[in-house]
This record gives sequence, structure tokens and C-alpha cells, in this order.
Amino acid sequence: METQAFQKIYTKIDQITKATITLHATGVGNEEIALVNDRLAQVVKIIGDEVTLQVFAGTEGIPTNSEVIFFGRSANLKVGEELSGRFFNAYGEPIDGGPEVEGEEVEIGGPTVNPVRRLQPSEFIPTGIAGIDLNNALVTGQKIPFFADPDQPYNQVMSMVALRAKADKIILGGMGLTNDDYLYYKNVFDNAGALDRIISFVNTTEDPSVERLLVPDMCLSAAEHFAVDKNQKVLVLLTDMTLYADALSIVSNRMDQIPSKDSMPGSLYSDLAKIYEKAVQFPEGGSITIVAVTTLSGGDITHAIPDNTGYITEGQLFLRNDTDVSKVIVDPFRSLSRLKQLVIGKKTREDHPQVMNAAIRLFADASNAKTKLENGFDLTDYDERALEFAKDYSKKLLAIDVNIEVDEMLDTAWGLFDKHFKRSEVSVKKELVDKYWPNSSE
Amino acid sequence: MSKKDNITKGKITGIIANLVIVEADGPVQQNEICYIVQQDSKLMSEVIKVLGTTAYIQAFESTRGLKVGDQVEFAGHMLEVNLGPGILSRNYDGLQNDLDRMEGIFLKRGAQTDALDHEKKWTFKPLAQQGDKVIGGDWLGEVTENWLPHKIMVPFKFKGKYTVKSVAGEGDYTIDDTIAVVTDEDGREIELTMVQQWPVKVPIKNYQEKPRPFKMLETGIRTIDTLNPIGEGGTGFIPGPFGSGKTVLQHALSKQAEADMIIMAACGERANEVVEIFTEFPELEDPRTGRKLMERTTIIANTSNMPVAAREASVYTAMTIAEYYRAMGLKILLLADSTSRWAQALREMSNRMEELPGPDAYPMDLTAIISNFYSRAGYVYLNNGKSGSITFIGTVSPAGGNLKEPVTEATKKAARCFYALSQDRADSKRYPAVDPIDSYSKYLEYPELEKYLKENIDENWPAHVQLMKDALLRGREASEQINILGDDGVPVDYHITFWKSEIIDFVILQQDAFDAIDAQSSLERQKYMLEKVIEIYHTGFSFEHFEEVNEFFKRLIDTLRQMNYSEFKSDQFHQYEKELEQIIEERKG
Repeated sequence: METQAFQKIYTKIDQITKATITLHATGVGNEEIALVNDRLAQVVKIIGDEVTLQVFAGTEGIPTNSEVIFFGRSANLKVGEELSGRFFNAYGEPIDGGPEVEGEEVEIGGPTVNPVRRLQPSEFIPTGIAGIDLNNALVTGQKIPFFADPDQPYNQVMSMVALRAKADKIILGGMGLTNDDYLYYKNVFDNAGALDRIISFVNTTEDPSVERLLVPDMCLSAAEHFAVDKNQKVLVLLTDMTLYADALSIVSNRMDQIPSKDSMPGSLYSDLAKIYEKAVQFPEGGSITIVAVTTLSGGDITHAIPDNTGYITEGQLFLRNDTDVSKVIVDPFRSLSRLKQLVIGKKTREDHPQVMNAAIRLFADASNAKTKLENGFDLTDYDERALEFAKDYSKKLLAIDVNIEVDEMLDTAWGLFDKHFKRSEVSVKKELVDKYWPNSSE
Repeated sequence: MSKKDNITKGKITGIIANLVIVEADGPVQQNEICYIVQQDSKLMSEVIKVLGTTAYIQAFESTRGLKVGDQVEFAGHMLEVNLGPGILSRNYDGLQNDLDRMEGIFLKRGAQTDALDHEKKWTFKPLAQQGDKVIGGDWLGEVTENWLPHKIMVPFKFKGKYTVKSVAGEGDYTIDDTIAVVTDEDGREIELTMVQQWPVKVPIKNYQEKPRPFKMLETGIRTIDTLNPIGEGGTGFIPGPFGSGKTVLQHALSKQAEADMIIMAACGERANEVVEIFTEFPELEDPRTGRKLMERTTIIANTSNMPVAAREASVYTAMTIAEYYRAMGLKILLLADSTSRWAQALREMSNRMEELPGPDAYPMDLTAIISNFYSRAGYVYLNNGKSGSITFIGTVSPAGGNLKEPVTEATKKAARCFYALSQDRADSKRYPAVDPIDSYSKYLEYPELEKYLKENIDENWPAHVQLMKDALLRGREASEQINILGDDGVPVDYHITFWKSEIIDFVILQQDAFDAIDAQSSLERQKYMLEKVIEIYHTGFSFEHFEEVNEFFKRLIDTLRQMNYSEFKSDQFHQYEKELEQIIEERKG
């Protein structure tokens, strides 16, 4: 970001707080960006000629005689095919040692899609992860978070989704990633040779936390470029939205706003909705799908962040450690994709909905049997078989390291039904049983 | 109206997010609309506080790029909607811009579109005659909108008495053509068109009286109609944590309810849910009339990513449109999803104004604002003796699913029906997840409604409903006992009591909103099924062992549900009914 002619430059700051500076300036627009002592800042308040700027990197070491240069525009991003395969920071500057990107400049945090111009989401995005594709199928234009505890391997799952998802572009927004996790993503993407369709905007824990507020807007502006101008299917991965919300609360606190539930700003719902609602199916074929991570504290989903998220997103995914098979699985009970009905059995094989329901029901029977066992009751033969089924089901389908096509998932499920149950116990429509039940028994 | 010559102007002196501070050069009214002038557009805003010559205005759009010194023009009136033929079947935003007429995929800042079609010709039929004495709200004529008799009225704003000087003859007119001339008490002539304006925050009160609701509004949803009916002109609300099926229930209401017109205010919710309505409603048929659902529906869409301030306006816009159609003697159902988002919009603004906060940082007058809004619903007798009604049902999204939060509590004070969605029921897929024991309808306590139910459904209906509620409660108690003492630890009778309540749950309360037949249950059918269930309830059964009880009742429930899935009184329906009787015979005694 170089200075250009006719930019307004000031050199006297009147007030400095932890995150903001205030100075006397005129002709400044709301949300305009500026450089304060070479740090990026944005106008957040104007009263008369008193302009308050939020300095993203914090105000440590900023003297009252710093140079303040206004840009006369709001924050933007240069978009184009050159973004592919690159890593950027929250300002959209390369951090992979590569050259600056040349391209069309677009304002970030742009306007909203007219709801009557949206299409109903109807395309299936396979991820290869059966716990998602089979039980919680994702649809283009959907927004869905993983609700995960911090110790769960959500970054691994996200990277797998990034590598396997059948999308034209994958955009990763990393907020508050540890440096280790950042390097992990970088390695995984490098090794998979999938870099040409992956773009990353990363704010690590080494960067100032307020900077990460820019990350989702950067990702989504890039996404809109590919989805609208190039009609591509874009998948945006945002991790971790809890850290994003934390940054919001820091800013609102420093702006002396009255906090609402869980010390979050009162506008949390709107702030999150503005991001998630960028997920859309465009009529021309392009789409933006958002998969996010919201970390929970102690599994508490009534906390303001997961709670507001749940009201905005179209379902949620839960990871769980299945100790019976020592694998991390996508929890079939608590996870829900609200849009799956739009594709399963329609864009996938006809038996998908029934197989999905039957398998989950049998898995639930197993969990009841387990409770019985724990309470010291005797198990019936059916209970025993259900428990065996549950182990197989966890290992061969729910585990996050499974990577197969949907048809294979369905065939696997039929195989498990056959191995453990009688046809009548599975209660699937007869014509489907006749068609898909393996011929081995009965 | 007369201020056109000397409009108040102003200049921006401060900007904090969407709160803009303006120095005005003339008189300013509270809640006045004003426009911030930008190069290529004008941004609509509303005055929310005035201090001396300083006006605090909230912009209905993004304030990005606004500068100190920018011009502001005051409109001289509050936020108004245009009322006239052509509102039905439209998709508006919260400020009544026609979304279909907006250009491009993205909403352009400052873009405004006409709410009504000025070109279209309507076939007008006069209802008033020369010499008639009329007041605001009286009917002058009628046009047919889709299928609905749309009355052209004397503007609600008119105070005092007027005399009809002339009414246009039967013929085709645009909404801007003069269709009548009236003279006021001083003999001044006023030309009237089919359009009038009304400020959304002011209730339209051009009616004679508003009695207590005494009829029931048929919604086709059993857990509401049978258990906790809502009065026509009544109010209700649906609180529930996310994932408990609020929106599905509201959509079911909008599809099945027996009303002339449905207005849906999608207030701060998911855009894809509105898209679902846009996609389905033009296709789906109204089960009662066979017309497409969209023909009786108007949608006010202000989704969660649209400007927050307009979100607050959207519910008022929806209510005002409802009041306009009510004044034509129509039966309106107004649905708002979700009122919590509206309350949050109030909170964001109150916060920026640095007002002292109430509980959870909501404004102190939240309760008053909510009850004022709910009080605009109601059954009314119009001045010509005809009646009209607005039934209002709002959803509430309680933070953390906690029903003790301020919006739920404030709404509970205002709304007369409470349909609590329970997470437990949703988890066990018992939809609609309305909790039968926590929910209530205050209208059941109204003797006038009881009388209506007795006369229109059955003499014994209220008694049956009460019996059923008791049975549900007893069933829950029995189930708790069974859980504590174990299946073997309680007498077999406990199991029978429990399973009899399960019949009510599975057959009456649960309803498949996605099944073409089960989704809509007529009152006649509800009565039939309730009597069936009550008959079983009164039947004595004998069992040796609890496992027999479970098995037997599961078969009963399965057969009853098959009846629910069959066309009412079809051969198939009676077939299952016969089967049911055979099963009952097995254990009678």
C-alpha cells in the first residue's frame, strides 16, 4: 500500500487508546481506511472534525506525531485468477514470499444478494467423508459450522474437506490459527498438489487479534469474484469463528459499548449473519458454500457464539471420539444438515434417505443397548448384534478418515445391514431391499 | 403534506456505524424520514432523537463513505407505506421496495422501487354513491386483486365527515386515476385515487369496535386447533431453540391456515428460508381454494444480512399492510419470523444512542414496544358493520433456548397463545415439537370461544380437549414412575396409562408437515380422530405383562397413523379403521 498523490496526510493525533486513535481531520468518509504510522486503520466514528480510527494491529508504540494517511476509500482486495495457490494475511498481502497479486480491485464487505435473485440450493457437494456425505450431505449455497471442542481435530477435518470437496475453488480463512496449524495447512496443501484451486487468508496467533476481523470479508470478496464473475462453485472454510467473535468483543469493549450475553456485543447476531449469509446459490450456476468451525468451551452450545451461530447456519456438525473403535467420528445424532433433503435421493442414489435413516436408527438401538449394558441388564441377541453393527458402522462409515464415494458408502451400509441383521429388522422399503440387499444371505 | 415548499434540510456532523448526527436548518419531527444525499443515490433514514437543532437519525442502509458535511433532506412525514391494489403476491423488503423490480443480483445501496404498479389497469366497480356521507376507511369502490375483492377506501388519514361528490363509473383505471371526488365539511373538493399512504408505526383505527376474539382460526395443525386453538384476531407466539422447527411450523401455518390473506414478515432470518417460499408458494396449492398459495400471500423479506434498521421497520410495514386489508373486511394471518431479531435491532440502536440498558442490554421499553405491536392485531367490526381480523403469530428465538430471557418474557405478557417448542421433542423427532403441557391458549378460558367451539364443532368438544390434556399429564407422570422404578417395578396399569397418552401424542399431536395428506387436517377430521382416540382412552384393556402392552399399543398407533396418512373417509381410511377395531377387540375387557 503505497502513498499516492493528493492523499490527505495528518501528523497530530489527539487521543490514543489501546485500539483506537482520534485526530482532527476533514473530508473523511465513514469506514475509510488509512495508514497510521504504517499500520492499517479504519474510520469507525466521526463527530464533527474528530475522526476515530481503529488500528488493526493495535496502538502500541504509536506516537502522537505519527503520520496518518487517508486513502479515500474503504478496504479492498485485488482479485483474479492469480490468487489461486497463494497465502495472504488479513490485509490480502502475500505471506508466501510470492509477488503481489495484480487484478481488479473490489471493496470488501460489499452489498447483499437480493433474496429474490437467489436460487434454492440444489447441488450436492461430496466431501468423501461418509459422516458428512451420507448423514449430513452438504449442498451448494449452504452454510454450516463444526461445533468442536478445542481438543478435537477440526483443522485436520477442514483440510480434508478442502482437499476432497468437489468444488472449483476452495478459500480458507484462518483466524487465530496457531503457527503450527498454519504450517500444517500449508504442508497438507503443498503435498497434495491441490494448490492451484486453494486460496488462503491467514491470521495467526502471532498477528494482532483485531486484524482477523478482516479475514472473512477478504475470503468472501474473493469468493464472490469467482462465483459471480466466473460462475464457479466456491467452498469457503472459516476457522475459527469463535476467535473471530472474540475479536469483535474486544473492539466493542474498547469502543465502550454495552455488552450483552456472555460479554459479546449486542450486534453479534447481525455481525455473524453478515458473513454466513454470503453463502448463496447464484442463478448463473456459481455458488458460495461456507463450512466453518466454532469452538465450544466445555461443549456448551448455549454460549452466545454457538447459540447465535446455530440460529444463522443451516445445521451443524459435531465431532466425537468413539472410544469403542478409537476413532473420531461425525456424531450422527447431534449433527444436522438442514438442506440435505434437497439433494439426497435426488442428486444421489434413490436409496440414500432410507439407508441413512435405517443406519442411524440401528446405531441408536446400539446406544440404548450400551446403556442397558452399563446399567447391568441382560442383553438380547438383537442388542448384541446392534452393538457389533455400531462398531462396524463407526469404523467403516462414520470415522473421519474414511474417504469413499457416496455409492460406495451406501453399498457399505447395505453390507453392514446384511452382516448383522435380518431384512425385516432394518425396516427399509421393500422395493429398495429387493434391489440393493446383497445376495449373500436369506 | 403542505410542507413541500419549505423542506427542512441538514448537514451531517457525525457518523457512528448506522447512527448519523445531523444539524438541521428547520423543524424536524420525531420518526421523520430523511434522505442522505449521495452522488448517485439517496439513503433513506429515520429520525430517532432530536436535541435542539441536532437530529439523530438511523440510516436504513450502510453508511460506508458518508462524510461530515453531506446534505440531508427531510421528507416531512414518518415512514409510510403505499396502500392500494397490487400488494398481494408481492415480495417486498422491510421498507416496501418491490424486490423483484430491483436491478442486478446484489441490492444496490439507495435503490428504491415502487411498491405498486402504476401502469396496470384495474376494473373498478363503484360501491358508494353521489351524496353519501363518508369517513376515513369507508368503501368507495372495489377492484378484483387476483381473486380478492379489494376495496378502495376513503384514506384513513381523513378526519371528520366527507360527502361523495362523484364516483367513477365501472371501468378500467390505473391506481393514479381519480376514482372519486369528495368534499369536506368546508366544501373543499378532494380528488381520490386508489392509493393512499399511512405511517407504519401508527395503528390504523378506522373501525367501530374490537371485541374479544370469539371464533377460532382454523390452522389445520392439530396440536394448535385441537389442543390450544388460537382465536380469529388473536395473538400467539412460538419460542424455541434453534433446530426445534420454528420455521417449519410457521411455513405449515402459512400453507394450511384458513385465511383470506397471509402476510409473512421474514425478519432477520435465513435468506434460503425465504427462497424456499419464493420457490414453493407459486407451485403449491391452497388446500381450501385450489389456487396457488402465492396468490394469497405477501412476503416482507428482510433477511439477517439486510440492514438492521430496516429490520425493525419490516414488522411494522407488514402489520400496516395487514391493517389495510383488514379494513376491507378480510381475514388476515400475519406471521413474523422472528421477533427476537427485531428486538435485537432495537438493542443495537439503543446501544449506539448510549441509552441506559435494561436486562441483557435490551432497551428499557422493550416490553411496552412488544405489547404495543401485538395489540395491533384483533378482530374488528368496521364502520359498515362488516368484520375483519388480523391474527398474529410471531416466533421468538430465545438466546441459549432459555425462556427466561427478556424477549420471551416480554412477549409472554403480550401474546395470548404460547406454543413452546421443546428441544426434547425435537430431538426425538416428535414434530411439531410443541410441548403439550407447557403450551397454552388463553382463549380456551373465554366463554365466548367455548360457546363457539360447542356450536361449531361439538357440544362435548371442550370437555374432550380437557380430558385429553389430563391424559397427557397423567401419561407423563406414569412415564416418570416407569423410568424411576423400572418396567417391572410398576403395575401394568401404569404402562397402559402411559401408552394411552402416547396414542394422543402420536396420533393427535404429531403431524407430518411434509406429507401431502397429513399436513392438513380439517376440523371435521380432527373431531373424528379425537373421538376415535377418546374411545380408545375409555376402553378397558387387560394384559398379563408390560411387554404385551408395548406391542399392542404400537400396533394401535401404527394403524391410527396410517389413517392419518390416508385420504379422509376414503376406502383405505375405513380399511385401517376396521383393522383398528379388530386390534382393539383382541384385548378388550
